Amino acid sequence: MKSDCILAVDRLSMRFGGIVAVNDLSFAAERRKITALIGPNGAGKTTVFNCITGFYKPSSGTMRLTHDTGREIQLERLNDFRISKQAKVARTFQNIRLFPGMTALENLMVAQHNALMRASGLTFLGLIGAPSWRAAEKRAIELATLWLDRIGLRDRADDAAGNLPYGDQRRLEIARAMCTEPALLCLDEPAAGLNARESASLSELLLSIRAGQGPSILLIEHDMSVVMEISDHVVVMDYGVKIAEGSPQDVRDDPKVIAAYLGADEEEAIALMESGT
Amino acid sequence: MTAPAPEKTAVSHAHGIAFILKKALISALVALVLFSLMIGIRTEAGPTGQLIYWTRFPELASMVAAVFGGSIIVELLRQWWGPVGTIKVVPPQVTSALAVARRGIAPVLLIFTFLVPVIFYDQRYILDLGILVLTYVMLGWGLNVVVGLAGLLDLGYVAFYAVGAYSYGLLAKNFGVSFWFGLPLAGILAAFWGVLLGFPVLRLRGDYLAIVTLAFGEIIRLVIINWQSLTGGPNGLDGIPRPTLFGIPLTPGDDGLAAKLGIEFSTTHRIVFLFYLILALALLTNWVTIRLRRLPIGRAWEALREDEVACRALGINITTTKLTAFATGAMFGGFAGAFFATRQGFISPESFTFQESALVLAIVVLGGMGSQLGVALAALTMIGGFELFRGLEQYRMLVFGLAMVLLMIWRPRGLIGHRAPTVFLRHSQAISSDLVKEGHG
Repeated sequence: MKSDCILAVDRLSMRFGGIVAVNDLSFAAERRKITALIGPNGAGKTTVFNCITGFYKPSSGTMRLTHDTGREIQLERLNDFRISKQAKVARTFQNIRLFPGMTALENLMVAQHNALMRASGLTFLGLIGAPSWRAAEKRAIELATLWLDRIGLRDRADDAAGNLPYGDQRRLEIARAMCTEPALLCLDEPAAGLNARESASLSELLLSIRAGQGPSILLIEHDMSVVMEISDHVVVMDYGVKIAEGSPQDVRDDPKVIAAYLGADEEEAIALMESGT
Repeated sequence: MTAPAPEKTAVSHAHGIAFILKKALISALVALVLFSLMIGIRTEAGPTGQLIYWTRFPELASMVAAVFGGSIIVELLRQWWGPVGTIKVVPPQVTSALAVARRGIAPVLLIFTFLVPVIFYDQRYILDLGILVLTYVMLGWGLNVVVGLAGLLDLGYVAFYAVGAYSYGLLAKNFGVSFWFGLPLAGILAAFWGVLLGFPVLRLRGDYLAIVTLAFGEIIRLVIINWQSLTGGPNGLDGIPRPTLFGIPLTPGDDGLAAKLGIEFSTTHRIVFLFYLILALALLTNWVTIRLRRLPIGRAWEALREDEVACRALGINITTTKLTAFATGAMFGGFAGAFFATRQGFISPESFTFQESALVLAIVVLGGMGSQLGVALAALTMIGGFELFRGLEQYRMLVFGLAMVLLMIWRPRGLIGHRAPTVFLRHSQAISSDLVKEGHG
């Protein structure tokens, strides 16, 4: 298993002053699989995400990312935009962060910034309209169109992202992350606020991403039907520590997990036990 | 939208005469309190220094009556107009006519601008005003990159204008650099200063950014005033060389343009030349900005304005993106400054006060942030408006202020508030200003 994991998180800790948000967490995400990070509210899931994607600098611990080429990157040493640019880790946000005043297509074009920047010769080739730039721009639009097709938003390509329905915005944000051509895709509660039908189409989208030559997926999710349906591996957190790990079935039957959910939120525990049977 | 809006909305929100009168009465009361001191009593220093004052009750009464009447009219208009936010049904013919007018306005303006020196050849005043308006159009377009596209509030834009003007002035006077060589140098130097300003303000947002840029503008001005040995201090720089038409001076001498063409010399030649020069520079600014918006760097600027955190998550380097926006805006400011120096032949720190920064920022905000046409229209309105109201003498600023307040009520996001997408699959549709963010730093 160790040989083919894309992300190995080792003894990760994150402290904010006296508060320990994540304590000595270790887990691994397998290549081209979907790994889910679940846990009650305040368990520290989003903190882990923010550490992986460079928004926080962890207090201690290491996170090793291994690309398909065998190149290894220590994520805790990179910061800010380099996580996305060099390590190829893309993320979405719990509260959607699209560019609302730009069209759906423009959102997907912005995501290809680094590739297009290179193609435009740091703007100078683009300014004079060099043929190589035009070709690159055409390819970028084709990639964006491909993703618009996959999320079923081709008809709304020229609409402002802020005008799209909520479910479409969620899928557009995933498509935008995918346009950065990531090795690891981190989704922070992609099904939050979606209705049953939208959740189902989201699951379908994520499974189709996994089926292709696409990235490995790491997701935080509260919607247990989504987690149970699509994840290959589940890591359960509570109060900043890992309390269980395994296949969806194992985790679902784990008494510690049930206790954690029962202690935190009764409804969620019931939902957890009833789902996916 | 297909069904005509029923009139009941207007009816249900309408209030009786008592309400209108009550509102008008309150307004009149407030006006009475305010104006009783401002207009009701007039004070002046007498010949021996004592205070003389006299009352002006008729003026006060007429002012209060005007407020009372005005308040009734405003309230009636408001009821006739319907509540805020209702969709008013505009006949499709009017909508399409407006769309045609909107599309046509830019080319018509451009052609008219090209013809201004031909039409008004004998009117030096109009030509000078045209040059002034075009200078501000160019400054507005330059600042638009920073404020309108990247969403970085810059209150010290005049600093780059000053850097450009002094760069060219000093290079030309001390080293004999010609205008066509000094112009790009002035732009590069201003861009360099833009980057220099950009570094310390990278982490600042909103109000803090505005204060630091404001201070930067003042620092540049104070350095110019106090560095007497280089800049001449408050006395300014004079004798800055005039531009030449590719080496041919526009002078009455034997080697001048008029003599070479075999026509009679006239000072208007130089004015017309300057007019086309600033027009070319402004159009260059416009062309580059439009091109940049469609390039990844321009999209990154706009994305930065929309959401900085999302930009970071997409691997966009915020530092270089902000710095390039500052540098690009500053460069155009520098070009405009070099033009200003060569046009005036004399520059002094008085031309680069905060008032200028505020004016250029007002042009950008009034025009609609990010809109090229809007900025041009706003520059025309602001600079032209100043001149238009000259006849009103002391009430000029009052009328002008009122016009601006009304415009901001009528179009809070500027003359042209909507945003045009930079790329489209099938058809480009304008994005409503409600969705477009104004930036936060």
